[in-house]
Amino acid sequence: MYLTKEEELALSGEYGPAVQKAMEILVALGDIYNADRLIPIKSAQIAGVSYKNLGEYGMQFLRDFVEMGAKVSVYTTLNPAGIGDEEFTEKQQEILDLYRAMGVEITSTCTPYYGPNLPKFGDHLAWSESSAVSFANSVLGARTNREGGPSSLAAAIVGKTPNYGLHLEENRRATHLIKIEAEVRERTEYSILGYRIGEIVKDGVPYIKGIRPDVDDLKAMGASMAASGSVALYHVEGETPEWRTALNDVVEEILIDEKDLQEVKERFSAEWREVDFILLGCPHASLKEIKEIAELLRMRNRPLKVPLFVTVSKSVKALADYLGYTEIIERYNGKLLSDVCLVVSPVNEWYSGVATNSGKAAFYFKSFGLNVRLDGLEKIIMEAP
Amino acid sequence: MKLKGRGIGKGVVEGVVIVSRRPLSFLGGVDPETGIITDAESDIKGESIKGKILAFPRGKGSTVGSYVIYALAKGGNGPKALIVEDAETIVTVGAIISGIPLVTGIDIKKLKTGMRVRVNAETGEVEIIGEGNL
Repeated sequence: MYLTKEEELALSGEYGPAVQKAMEILVALGDIYNADRLIPIKSAQIAGVSYKNLGEYGMQFLRDFVEMGAKVSVYTTLNPAGIGDEEFTEKQQEILDLYRAMGVEITSTCTPYYGPNLPKFGDHLAWSESSAVSFANSVLGARTNREGGPSSLAAAIVGKTPNYGLHLEENRRATHLIKIEAEVRERTEYSILGYRIGEIVKDGVPYIKGIRPDVDDLKAMGASMAASGSVALYHVEGETPEWRTALNDVVEEILIDEKDLQEVKERFSAEWREVDFILLGCPHASLKEIKEIAELLRMRNRPLKVPLFVTVSKSVKALADYLGYTEIIERYNGKLLSDVCLVVSPVNEWYSGVATNSGKAAFYFKSFGLNVRLDGLEKIIMEAP
Repeated sequence: MKLKGRGIGKGVVEGVVIVSRRPLSFLGGVDPETGIITDAESDIKGESIKGKILAFPRGKGSTVGSYVIYALAKGGNGPKALIVEDAETIVTVGAIISGIPLVTGIDIKKLKTGMRVRVNAETGEVEIIGEGNL
């Protein structure tokens, strides 16, 4: 990989050990993926935040990096944190403090684009949260690979990333043409559709034909695809910004019908009596989704017997507080949790079953051994005990 | 015999090889306190990689695996060097942050557990210097 004089100096330790270590990571990745050079990024988004995932070893790495004087050089936000007992909370706080010491903005969310980390078309990024990567690439038309924790941190410190993968035009074209021959109306149906597509295309780039999703539907669908597969970019005909240039005539064609979607849904059909909490907001809810939840609760007009958690970013929570939605949701036994994620928390120690409208959450909770009911928002709120 | 691949990281080390024929997950697959392989699907389950030169096709599993490699190295329970057929992000980043020499692009079928090898991360060469007794 070609390095500028400045980059050579950074690699030789001229700017301190933290920059040197970060450069070593970027150069090694650039070499194995045959990148021609490093390119500047507009922002970073770092995974490896929850104590559940990071553990003592990840914390040790962060402590060592802080001690070496690591500082980020571009706007950087974090993935959601975990919640747990007292010891967990203490460790979680230390992790956030370590990132803060490196100059990272402590907004811990999988929807950074609802806050100040909003890229524009064509921006190069180093993001790591799988659903945020999918949204940035597919819905916004920015360009990022699926980074790991240390590689996104290294890119944040240097302000650059190796030029390979989805940073290159030729890798952004479709690998599969997916024709939808089913009525997809409601958000959870988009989530289920994304789940099926992810299973089929794995790490490919699907081009989807025959749906008219709104922006929240796109978010839900992309998150599922990135969980059941490792899809980092998809196109929807007539909807997403790069669809016109995405397709050529040599891609594999796949048909998805009503039966395929029903088959996925049946895998997550726990009975209500097996459910001891409800999770909405995976990925973190938009203000519009919170409004929908508050309105449905008001229509239901009696408190939920099982607790309802809605996970959100800090910025959206502040707006929900201001507009009165938080208060309404709390009145019916709901709670808005900001900057955290239940998928990266030890929920299986507290609960045995969940109802959710998210295909992504359904995928992970099932893998932790929970009973999962996957349903539409309206059905969940109206039918829950 | 010399095998030619691509070197990542720094240094030249010599040691005894342990070969895993299957991809390895470091998160949940290796005990960072001892260096013993715990992955139920691994063909070297129960063996220790501490102080050995670990050869395997590629990494798999969570990207948190990079931190497990770091923990192994920090605690003195890590491998001396890594040889892989196909380096991906988890193993590459793990090796770099831990200062473990890595050579990728090697046909590991040519290696057998117990062989003595010299791994050169600068030139990307793996030299078999002894057949071992296994």
